Amino acid sequence: MQADELIENFELLDNWEDKYRYLIDLGSKLPPLEEHFKTDEWKVVGCQSQVWLVPDLNDKEHLFFRGDSDAAIVKGLIFVVLTIFNGQSKKVAKEIVVNDIFAKMGLEEHLSPSRRNGLNAMVSKIKFYAGC
Amino acid sequence: MYDVEKIRRDFPALSLTINGHANTFLDTAASAQKPQVVIDTIVKMYTQSYANVHRGSYYLSEMATEAYENARRIVKEFINAKSENEIVFTRSATEGMNLVASSWGLNNLHEGDEVLLSEAEHHGNLVPWQNACEKNGAVLRFFKVEDDGSFDIENFYKLLNPKVKMVAVTGMSNVLGTVFPIKEIAHAAHLVGALCLVDACQSIVHTPTDVQDIGCDFLAFSGHKLYGPSGIGCLYGRYDLLAQMPPYQFGGDMIENVTYEKTTFTTPPARFEAGTPAIVQAVGLGSALQYLQSIGMKNIEAHEHELIKYTNERLKEISALKIIGTAPNKGGVFSFALGNIHPQDVAFILDKEGVAVRTGHHCAQPIVNRMGYTSLARASFGLYTSHADIDRFVAALQKAETFF
Repeated sequence: MQADELIENFELLDNWEDKYRYLIDLGSKLPPLEEHFKTDEWKVVGCQSQVWLVPDLNDKEHLFFRGDSDAAIVKGLIFVVLTIFNGQSKKVAKEIVVNDIFAKMGLEEHLSPSRRNGLNAMVSKIKFYAGC
Repeated sequence: MYDVEKIRRDFPALSLTINGHANTFLDTAASAQKPQVVIDTIVKMYTQSYANVHRGSYYLSEMATEAYENARRIVKEFINAKSENEIVFTRSATEGMNLVASSWGLNNLHEGDEVLLSEAEHHGNLVPWQNACEKNGAVLRFFKVEDDGSFDIENFYKLLNPKVKMVAVTGMSNVLGTVFPIKEIAHAAHLVGALCLVDACQSIVHTPTDVQDIGCDFLAFSGHKLYGPSGIGCLYGRYDLLAQMPPYQFGGDMIENVTYEKTTFTTPPARFEAGTPAIVQAVGLGSALQYLQSIGMKNIEAHEHELIKYTNERLKEISALKIIGTAPNKGGVFSFALGNIHPQDVAFILDKEGVAVRTGHHCAQPIVNRMGYTSLARASFGLYTSHADIDRFVAALQKAETFF
C-alpha cells in the first residue's frame, strides 16, 4: 500500500470510531517482529506502550524499517509511519513532513509531543537514519 | 447530606466538554482539579498582597509573610501537629521524602542498619531510601502485600527487628488502593527503636489525618492532590527530630549568621526552606484545606466509600475486567486490566468518550510488576466524583471492548 492510498482511505472515514477501527485493522497487518528484536536496544524510549523500531542497514540509499508495539492503536500508527517512509530514498525521506500527512488523515493528535506514545520519538529516529 | 452536584459546581474544570462529551475526570489520584476558591485565592494574592516573604519591612512583604505563615498554621490544624514549627513547606511530597532520606538518613543510617518499606511504595518513597541505603551501607527490605493487595501483617512483623531504623510506608497505595494500618505500623516501629515515615499523598485526600493519633515521626504529602496548587508539598516532622537534622539545601532564608568562613543555621522549619519558597502555592494550599474542612473529611470519606461500593457493583457487568487490588480496606483507586487489551488502547478510547484515566506503571513499577503486569489502567476518585461519572466510565469501557 502507498501513502496516498492510505490518506484517501482515512479521508473517507469521517468519525474517530471508524478511524480507530481502521487503525487497529492496519496494525493487525503489520508483519510481526521477531522476539529477539524486542529488547531495550530497539525500544523507542518514552512511550506508555512498548514500541520497537528496527532499521535495515543493508541499503545505503533507501530506508526500510520494521516496527511493532504491544498496543493495538499504536501498532496501527506504526503501520502508517512505515508506509510513509519505507522504500523512500533518504533524500526524499528527509523532506517528508509527517505532521502534514497525519493532519490529512485526521490523526494529528497522535503526533502531539505531549502524547508520549512514542510516535514522535519514532519519527525522529527515522529522520536520523535518513540523515546517515 | 453530601450534595455532590453542588460540590461539582465549585470546580470549573468539571464543566468542560472533552471531545464532545462531559468531562469524566477519573485521574484525581495523579492530581486533583481545583475549586474556584483556590483559584480566587491565588489571583487575589498576586493582585493584592504579593511580595517576597520574611524579607522586607514594608506593607506587601508583611502581608505576604502573614499569609504564608498562616497557611502553615492551617496545615498544622489540618493534620493536628503540635506546633506549626513541625510543618516544613516543600516542593512536593517527593521532596519531603528526599529531605528525610538525605538529612536524617545519610546522618543516622549505618552499615548493617535496615530500612523497611512496603512492596507497594511509590518511587517517591522508594528511590530516596535506595540511595540513602546504598551510600551508607544500610539494607533496604520490603514487607509483602497479599495477592489481593492487602497488608501482609505476618510478613511485616517477621521483618521488623531491632536492626530496622526506619519504617517508611504509604498510607494508601496509589496503585492498589490498599489502606495501610499506619497507626499500628508506627507503634510497632517504635517498639524496636525505629522511626516511622508515612507517605500520606493518597491517604490524606481520602480520610482525616491526625499525626499525633497516628504517632508517626514524619509524614509527607503534596498540595496538588489535595485540591491545592502544584509546586507545594508539606513535610511534617516531630520537632525534636527536625531540630537535630542538618539542612538539606543551603541558601537564603535558612541561616542565622553568615560570614565568608562559616554559617550557622536557623531553627526548623526555616532551616529546611532555603531560598524563596512557593509563597502563593502555600497560601493556595491553605485555602484548599479550609475548603476541605468546610465539607468535612469524614463526609468525603463516606461519599467515596459509597462510590467504591457502587463502582464494584457496576464493574461486575464487564466480565473481562479484572480489578488489581481488592483489599477489604481500600480507597478510591481502581487499577484494572480489560481482558488482553493494552491499557493505552483502553485509555485512547476512553479519552474519546471524555473519560480520563491514567495508564502505565504509576511511578510504582515494582508493585505493578509484582501484581503480574507491566502497565495498568487506573481510575481514581475525588470528592467530586459522582455516580454519573461511574456510569459514563462503565459505558466507555463497554464501548472500548467493541474495538478489539
